[in-house]
Amino acid sequence: MGSVPISWFLTLSAVLFVIGVAGFLFRRNIITVFMSIELMLNAVNLSFVTFAYQFKKVDGHLLALFVMVVAAAEAAVGLAIILTVFKRRPSLDIDEVNSMKN
Amino acid sequence: MDLVLFLVFAIFAVACAINVVVQTHPIASAISLIGVMSSLAVLYLLLGGEFIAAAQVIVYAGAIMVLFVFVIMLLNSGAETRSGRSLMAQALGAPLLIALLGILAFFVQRLFPHEDTARFGGFMGGSPKDVGNALFTTYLLPFEATSVLILIAIVGAIVLAGREPD
Repeated sequence: MGSVPISWFLTLSAVLFVIGVAGFLFRRNIITVFMSIELMLNAVNLSFVTFAYQFKKVDGHLLALFVMVVAAAEAAVGLAIILTVFKRRPSLDIDEVNSMKN
Repeated sequence: MDLVLFLVFAIFAVACAINVVVQTHPIASAISLIGVMSSLAVLYLLLGGEFIAAAQVIVYAGAIMVLFVFVIMLLNSGAETRSGRSLMAQALGAPLLIALLGILAFFVQRLFPHEDTARFGGFMGGSPKDVGNALFTTYLLPFEATSVLILIAIVGAIVLAGREPD
């Protein structure tokens, strides 16, 4: 009593991931879609850290760290793309930004 | 004690995550996402990831979310006017998502029996010393590769955001 089953952490990770996918599928605002992607990356990070605990190895923490770095790079470039698109047509609705030309 | 800590922050994380998806205003979503990331940092600490918990708060809840909030305010983005995507996404999306969650939960329950439990102090190999040791020996090449990736991302972001529309 008092300790937490490993499977609960992984189930929490799965729940957060599915909520992120739901946000990605059902939202129109491009920034909210982006935040849903960050939510999915966070859920995967929780799995990595849980596995690091399970196998008593530090490797999972390193992988979570690399995911954070890639998420930071992705957020910087993605938000720059959103800024560029917004300069061209002032709408954040992803259904209106459906073509790459003009 | 650990169980109470886990339950409190797991429920807080799930509530904030649902709030991220259902809020119509992006600022409210961003604040909720900070809540998710902070509660995940507590869970990382519970699993013995001292360094990764600190990095989660500093990099995610700090740097990345400040970037998000900055862009939301720069674009002066209001609340979403129309909600919901195409009929196809709504009709197929929800059942498929529930199926995905069911399959994931089923395999997790099957693969990890309930005797495997985590408690605070069960694994303390996530200190900055251990992470740094692994980062500069086993993971030296990925570390250098990510530094190049970050450099490319910085240059790309500056070029994209600084370009004048023609």
